[in-house]
Amino acid sequence: MTKKETETQAKKKSEKVLKDLRDFGGELYAQMEKGQFPLVEMPSRSTENIYYNPDVRQYVLGDRNVKRNARNIRHIKPFTQMVWAGFFASELVKNRKTSTLRDVYYSAQAYEMTFKDQPESNNILTDLETATGFAREDFNVYPEERSALFGDLTIEYTVPGYEGKQLNMTSHPDGVMLGPSVVSSEFAQNKCDKVIAIEKGGLFTRFIEERVHEKFNALLVLCAGQAPRATRHYLNRLNQELDLPVYIFTDGDPWGMHIAMVIISGSANAAHLRGLTTPDAKWGGVYATDIVDYKLPTDPLTEVDIKRLHELEKDPRYTGELWKREIKTFLKIKKKAEQEAFSRYGLTYIVDEYLPAKLEEMSKD
Amino acid sequence: MVTFQEISPADFFYRNRDIAGFTNPSRAVFVSIREIVENSLDSADQISVPPEVYVRLTEEEAQPGTESGSGVYRLMVMDNGSGIAPRHIPSAFGQVLFGSNYKLKQARGTFGLGGKMSILYGQITTHKPVIIKSSTGGNKVYEFKMMIDIQRNRPVIMDRKTRRNKENWRGTIVEYSLEGDYYRAMSKVLEYLKQTALLTPYADIKFVDPKGRLYMFNKVTNKMPPPPTETLAHPYGVDVETLQRLFRVTTSKNLIEFMRKHFHRVGAGTSLSFLDFAEFLRTPDPKRLNSETLSQLIETNNKSAKFRKLFGTMDEKKLKALVKKTKTHNMADFLVTVYPKIDRSKILRLLASSRMVRSKNPKKLKPPEIVKLVRKMKKYPDFLPPDASCLSPLGEDLLRAGILKELKPDFIAVSQRKPSTYSGHPFIVETAIAYGGNIPKKDDIVVYRYANKIPLLYDEASDVSVKVIRSMNWRRYKVASGMPIAILVHLCSTKVPYKTVGKEFIADRPEVKIEILNGIREVARRLQTFLAKREHVAKEKKRLSVFAKYLPKIARFSADLAQKSETPDIELLLKSVRKYDEEGN
Repeated sequence: MTKKETETQAKKKSEKVLKDLRDFGGELYAQMEKGQFPLVEMPSRSTENIYYNPDVRQYVLGDRNVKRNARNIRHIKPFTQMVWAGFFASELVKNRKTSTLRDVYYSAQAYEMTFKDQPESNNILTDLETATGFAREDFNVYPEERSALFGDLTIEYTVPGYEGKQLNMTSHPDGVMLGPSVVSSEFAQNKCDKVIAIEKGGLFTRFIEERVHEKFNALLVLCAGQAPRATRHYLNRLNQELDLPVYIFTDGDPWGMHIAMVIISGSANAAHLRGLTTPDAKWGGVYATDIVDYKLPTDPLTEVDIKRLHELEKDPRYTGELWKREIKTFLKIKKKAEQEAFSRYGLTYIVDEYLPAKLEEMSKD
Repeated sequence: MVTFQEISPADFFYRNRDIAGFTNPSRAVFVSIREIVENSLDSADQISVPPEVYVRLTEEEAQPGTESGSGVYRLMVMDNGSGIAPRHIPSAFGQVLFGSNYKLKQARGTFGLGGKMSILYGQITTHKPVIIKSSTGGNKVYEFKMMIDIQRNRPVIMDRKTRRNKENWRGTIVEYSLEGDYYRAMSKVLEYLKQTALLTPYADIKFVDPKGRLYMFNKVTNKMPPPPTETLAHPYGVDVETLQRLFRVTTSKNLIEFMRKHFHRVGAGTSLSFLDFAEFLRTPDPKRLNSETLSQLIETNNKSAKFRKLFGTMDEKKLKALVKKTKTHNMADFLVTVYPKIDRSKILRLLASSRMVRSKNPKKLKPPEIVKLVRKMKKYPDFLPPDASCLSPLGEDLLRAGILKELKPDFIAVSQRKPSTYSGHPFIVETAIAYGGNIPKKDDIVVYRYANKIPLLYDEASDVSVKVIRSMNWRRYKVASGMPIAILVHLCSTKVPYKTVGKEFIADRPEVKIEILNGIREVARRLQTFLAKREHVAKEKKRLSVFAKYLPKIARFSADLAQKSETPDIELLLKSVRKYDEEGN
């Protein structure tokens, strides 16, 4: 893609966001001019209206709608907050500024739009997402940076002052922070043929040291626990735009399993959004069967772990054979292991033995 | 050897002064002021003049180093009441159990004891004479200096003066010394005066305390409740002794007339029906009736339109035939069989009109008969309830005026119940409830209790009103603890059912209790309406403020979003919310 093209694409997106927000405001304006109390209708996000859709392989919202009416005394405060959030989002996009959820919470106070607490303001932003169909990242609201990436991928910035500038993702030995400027960038040049997503920072650093990116021609992505929404969106882009297969490596416990599953199938909390999931991504372990096969050092499963496994058993996302097998095995052996457990066989064992075996196994499917 | 001795009433109370409330120096000050002030108020009430009472308490001997902390005070009470005729003054103030209150009508005092007890107490603690000045408004003012001969229950006049009444003054001044402890009694004395002023909004009361401080309770109206009228005894409340006393003085020659003349709300009909019920009536045996008497009966009936309407025109032949066949032994029973549809009382009326009813001469009743008559009086179900003309309730307007004057509440509801009776004594309950103003915010509701316009200040917990109030579910009336609420209960009766001689709390007689309960419920319901309305208004204000706060913001942010230079007009929307609410929807 040329510099010009990337510029227009980013511009197009923000123009669409601004237009939709303008229409949103315009509609309310028109209602009030007609002497009506403004009213907003949007899909309900209550649990009864969240379904797992096997066709799109993620959670989606059902047909049920909710009306928020300024005439209603219980609605008027969240209504006002939502209009403010829309106004604030349009200001961010218009001025090409970014913000965090925390920042939004405090910014409200400048407009005498106090929120009771952070969850309340987070919730209002989710309302705005639901009503407009945009993700908050489209409004330039990003989470705190904690994800990173490393590998031979060159991106081109679209943020003010950096437009057209390029950066190779091997340029920093700790990886490059997956912040707003990277997330909003365009892909300029790519030499990788796969993406390896890693749950924990320790292993991410080990992989860089062991030059996994070179040996396996891979782009390494650090999820840092449950992957932030921006990271999940970025993984989707790598998969869709660059056609790269995505492999996920996590701890060998129900929580690690679920980190992989959220990247693949999304969460109920984001049922109103698209483009955050990578349905074709593959979970590479650590499997429960790996614990047995590799005779890894383990910890016993706690009661909370076991309870979580039973929940996963009933979860509609966990229908695949692999998932069912692993849940069953966990419950059988009643043990769990961390990624670092491979170190009992030496520091490079995981890269020399485990990783190639796994990648081969997964690319077969 | 056992000796027997008679003591005078004065001596009795001298020995038992606790009964009248003189239990300690502080109580003595309170009771003295209260008794004399009540006499003053009564004497003005009786002549329907708004009372003006001036009370002065001075320290005669500065608190000597006594352990009890008490000293000698001089009490002076002046009023503008009826005044007392000079010949009655010595007895009225110097003879225990002599008074003007032993009649059946409502007054503050009932025993004619309080004032004299106060003077007696003063005498036994200071050995100083009392000075009485009084005028009934004539051209003379009489002044007496006297003491009480306690053993003989007699006034001892030490000096008397007469002077010309240049100012046309009418009233009474009482002045005497007593031992007491004002500083401990102070709060009760002031509370007493305040509560008295509350229920006597037509009285001017001034009080100068030993420190020279003047407390004024000014009247807010000249209207006074109608004075009570004296009344006859009600049959339900009569005992053997009362009946015998009446027999002694009556001029009636038969019981029918006696009942009618000496009892409250007993007329000719009731008298007949009751005496018939009590088996104190005789009518002739129909078989022994001579034809003249029967003809007289028929004539009486046929001549009177009233009776003819009831019995129809009587046929002499037919009646005579019936007389021969009847098995009854008196005319009343006989006529009942002839006219089974007509009320027995009507038959008695006809017989009485025909002079065919006889009853005994009351003076000739034998003791067992007297007892029987009293018992029947208590059992007879059809006596009319006493009317309340002998009572002097305050009335709703004056009650409201008094409370507004002393408590300045935000809300007030008053109620006067219909007259009722217990054991033949008529009574009226007046209730009021007040919210806010000078009423303190307390966990408990403030209760003002009155009996015959006297505030009751002691033994609150034992009082029937307090029990009733505690038994009620106040949450039902939207009353929460800590609200500034006062309830007033005023019971007027010719006989207040006090539990003790101390006259401080009222017994829970069922009839009285239910009236108090209903009275309080009635005003409480009105308070509930007020509180609910206030709550509603507050809620609405809050609601409107929410709209007023957020709608402009919605307008502003929408305009900004839509990139319009002007905000939409939301006045209409705000107005619609307001209008909607004013309609109460």
